[in-house]
Amino acid sequence: MWMALSYASWGISIVLALWMLYDWFKVDTTFSEEVLTSSREGELEAVSEKHRI
Amino acid sequence: MTVTLEPAVHGDRVSLLRVLGPAHVWALGVGIVLVGEFTGWNFAADKGGALAALIVCWVVGLLYTSVAMIDSEVTSTVAAAGGQYAQAKHIVGPLMAFNVALFLVFAYTMLEVSDAILLGDTIVAKAGVEGLTHNSFIAATIVVLAWLNYRGVLMTLNVNFVITAIAYISIVILFFSVSPWTQGAVLKLNELVTPGNALPYGWIGVIAAFQFGIWYYLGIEGTTQAAEEVRSPARSLPYGTMAGMITLLIAAAMTWYVCASMMPWEYLGITYYPLWDAGKLTGSPLLENLLFIATLLAALASANGCINDAARAWFSLGRDRYLPTWFSAVHPKYRTPYRSILFLLPIALAFAFIADLNQAITFSILSGVLQYTFMSINIVMFRKKWPLGSIRRGYTHPFHPLPAIVLFCLCVVTFFAIFLGFGSQLIAMVAFYFLISLWFHFYRYRFVRRGDQFTMPWPKPQGY
Repeated sequence: MWMALSYASWGISIVLALWMLYDWFKVDTTFSEEVLTSSREGELEAVSEKHRI
Repeated sequence: MTVTLEPAVHGDRVSLLRVLGPAHVWALGVGIVLVGEFTGWNFAADKGGALAALIVCWVVGLLYTSVAMIDSEVTSTVAAAGGQYAQAKHIVGPLMAFNVALFLVFAYTMLEVSDAILLGDTIVAKAGVEGLTHNSFIAATIVVLAWLNYRGVLMTLNVNFVITAIAYISIVILFFSVSPWTQGAVLKLNELVTPGNALPYGWIGVIAAFQFGIWYYLGIEGTTQAAEEVRSPARSLPYGTMAGMITLLIAAAMTWYVCASMMPWEYLGITYYPLWDAGKLTGSPLLENLLFIATLLAALASANGCINDAARAWFSLGRDRYLPTWFSAVHPKYRTPYRSILFLLPIALAFAFIADLNQAITFSILSGVLQYTFMSINIVMFRKKWPLGSIRRGYTHPFHPLPAIVLFCLCVVTFFAIFLGFGSQLIAMVAFYFLISLWFHFYRYRFVRRGDQFTMPWPKPQGY
């Protein structure tokens, strides 16, 4: 049973790793780099925080 | 073909998703740490005896209470992914921030590696099958958890909450199963810890035990990495972090009491599975299996939280151009820093296959203590530059500057303890951070847009 579990672990690892690589390729070829890297630190804070004491 | 994103958040921008609450913050912090109760803390007994392991449990508990208090105040004000990195950037400066981010990435990646090795070794020890190695289990741990992190932070931390809670409850069940209110039936503390063997190496043994006492609580500060993904950072982060610290103090005390009352310090100090062994020693197959499963779940929860935190620190470095901006990509559907997760995945796998557990743990602890040292200095600068009343804080920690002084002093003691055990690694690591700082200062910083990196809408600091 343990050996079967070991082989299953290899199998799951390979399948999920391939899925992530496929999804990565799909996302990077579908969306522009400007959109993907558009996150900015403190964006929500700039809107909501007025820092009035 | 290039298309514009439809479900955009700010026009055509994609950012991390604010979906987490205090329970997720608790799950992140306690999830990373709890594995330390299942293995790690007990090596303190090897350094200084069972009583030394208890003393460091309390004293290091004080160190981490200071960490939690300080962190809660600063993070409830600087609520950004990257946690202590974002704090350092705004309060100390870019070079410190770069180093702090590396401390974070190293501490969490090496802890993830240690967790995966522990999980693999635990399964191999349980199976007892000739020819079975830990490699497949290590690979599955790292890849499956990376996939979970890739798919979204909410599911990742929901899973962490459930498995951390099960692991924690197993400690409570073990504690009450051994009749903790009576001595002699199952527990034999008065026989195993006597005045003659309580501190076999004297007080220098207590100092040396600090190195592994860190394991009781290592990683609780990781809660701050969720700052950009919690719905209400000013409330959720202090609440989740403080609740996590209280939970861990209780778990650490229960763990020590049960283990020190069932195993002689000579064995307790060298076993890799103190709680699982305690479960075996009760003679109950149910408890033995429960503690085996809990050990695996604790390792999984820790590795899961570490992947989350290391990826956010790396992502933040990319976003500020401290590293190539390529790393700052956010997945448009899952809203996770997917490139950072994928980049760190093979690094973790490589270390897990080539490094041994002791090396990985030592690098993690060293990076963690460097980070705590920074935090003690950081809070003093924060209070000086922006005194109480000058900016809004979600939480204000009491007795300042006492926690900062306590934290700094205990860090110095811990560095000395690490030097006693792993002096060459300590020197090598400090040399590494020094060289990488030179690279950042003389080469990389020219790519940073200096005005863009300071994002908090604060008034000018006092004295500037």
